[in-house]
Amino acid sequence: MTFRTDSRQFKRLNRRELLKLSPVLALGAFAIPKLQKPLLKAGLGFSDWASARLFRSGHLAHTFADSEVTPFAKFPINDYDVDDPGIDLEKWTLTVSGSVQKPGDYTLAQIQALPRFRQNTRHVCIEGWDVIGRFGGARLVDFLKMIGADPTARFVEVECADDYYESLDMATARHPQTLLCYEMYDQPLTREHGAPLRLQIPTKIGYKQAKYLTDLKVTHVLQRAGYWEDQGYSKFYGM
Amino acid sequence: MSSQIAAITNVKTGAISEAVYEHPFIVRLCHWVNAVALLILVFSGLQIFRAFPSFGAKIPQKDLLHWPKAYALGGWLGGGLQWHLTFMWIYIGTGLLYIGYEIFSRNYRQVLFTPRDIRGVWPMVHHYFFFGPEPYVREAYNPLQKLAYTSAILLGILSVITGVAIWKPVQFSWLAWLMGGFHWARLWHFAVMWAILAFLFGHLVMVVLHGWNNFVSMVTGWKKDPEYL
Repeated sequence: MTFRTDSRQFKRLNRRELLKLSPVLALGAFAIPKLQKPLLKAGLGFSDWASARLFRSGHLAHTFADSEVTPFAKFPINDYDVDDPGIDLEKWTLTVSGSVQKPGDYTLAQIQALPRFRQNTRHVCIEGWDVIGRFGGARLVDFLKMIGADPTARFVEVECADDYYESLDMATARHPQTLLCYEMYDQPLTREHGAPLRLQIPTKIGYKQAKYLTDLKVTHVLQRAGYWEDQGYSKFYGM
Repeated sequence: MSSQIAAITNVKTGAISEAVYEHPFIVRLCHWVNAVALLILVFSGLQIFRAFPSFGAKIPQKDLLHWPKAYALGGWLGGGLQWHLTFMWIYIGTGLLYIGYEIFSRNYRQVLFTPRDIRGVWPMVHHYFFFGPEPYVREAYNPLQKLAYTSAILLGILSVITGVAIWKPVQFSWLAWLMGGFHWARLWHFAVMWAILAFLFGHLVMVVLHGWNNFVSMVTGWKKDPEYL
C-alpha cells in the first residue's frame, strides 16, 4: 500500500509516532529517589503475591539419597550475629503464645514426643549456594495441633536467642516437610546449627530457617516479618 | 508483506523520496521497555552474582570472577534482588506482549528465521566480515538479521525459563531437572545472560554501521529511503 504525502506532513506523522512512545518514559519513575523505594517495594510485594499463588500445599520438595548428602563438615554455618548465643540447654523451653488454646512453655522432650521425621533435602541460601543436608524433627503442623493453634490464623512468628526473628505463612507452616528440627545428620543439633531447636523448611529460602528458637506465636496479623525482611529481603521467599 | 509505503514529495525541491512503515507501535514499545528492563536485569543480576560468585561448593569456595561493586545495581544483595524481582515482570510482560502481537498480527514473518533463509546466511556473512559483494535483499531483514533476532528471542525465552528454575526450584522442580539440576540451572542463567550481551554488542555495532534512518525506524516506525525498495 503506497500513499502520497509531502515532507511537512510526513514530519508531523513521525512526531505523532514518537509521542506514542511516551509511556516508556514512565520507567523513569524508578530513577527518582523518592519514588524508587516504594516502587521496588511494590515490585517485590507483587513477586511475593505471585510466589504465594505458586505454592502448592501438597507438592513435596525433592528428597535425596543418603549418598547425595553434603558431608556435615561442608554444611556452612550462617548466622547474622553470633555462632552460639549461649543458651542453657538444660533450662531451655519454647514459649508459645498468640491464637492458641494451650499457650505456655514447652520442653524439648514434649516436642520430641511428637512423631519424628527425617529428610534429606536441599538448603538454598539467598546468596546462591546450596547444600543437601539430613534433618530430623517434629512436623510443625503436629506441634500446631498439640498447642491448639487457631486454624484460621494466618502466620507463625518465631523469635530466637540471638534476637533474630522470622515468620511463616500458615500454608507453609502446615506443609508436611516443615520441621521443628532438633537433629542434623542423626545427631542432636550442634550449637552453631541452632541448638536445641530450629526451623527446617525445604520449601523456603535459607534465611527463613531460624535457629536457636525461644518463642513461637500464632497470629492473624503479621507483626514482624523477619530480620532480613526488615532489611529488604522478600517476606515470602518460597522455593 | 503488506507494509505501508509513503511517497514523500519534498515541499521545497519537489523531489520524491520513499519511506516504509517497518515497526508497528507495539513492537517499538516492547523493544524500548524491554531494552531498559534487560539492562536493569543484567546489572542487578551481577549484584546477585556478587554474593556468591561461584558455581561450585560453598566450602571450599572458588570464585569465578570478581565483579566490581560499581558496575552492579542495588547497592547490596537485597537491593539487587528487589530490582531483579521487579523488572523480571516487566521483562516477561513485554516479551509476552511482543510474541503475542507478532503471532496475532502475522508480523512474525518479518523476523522469524525459517529454513528458506539458510541459503542467504553465508552471502551476508561473506559481505559483512570478508568484504564480499552486498547481496540483494528484498525484505526489511536480511537472512543474517533474521537469524540474529530469532536467536535473541529464543535467548530471551531461555533467560526466563532458567530464571524461574532458580527462583522456584521446588514448585518448578521439573525445570531445574531439565537443566541438569539446581546448580546447572544457575550456570545456564548466567551463560544465557552473556549470550544476550554478545547479541547486544553485535546489535549496537550494526545500528551504528547502518546509520540514522535505520535507528529512527525503531523510534517512529518509518524508515526513510530503505535499501530494499
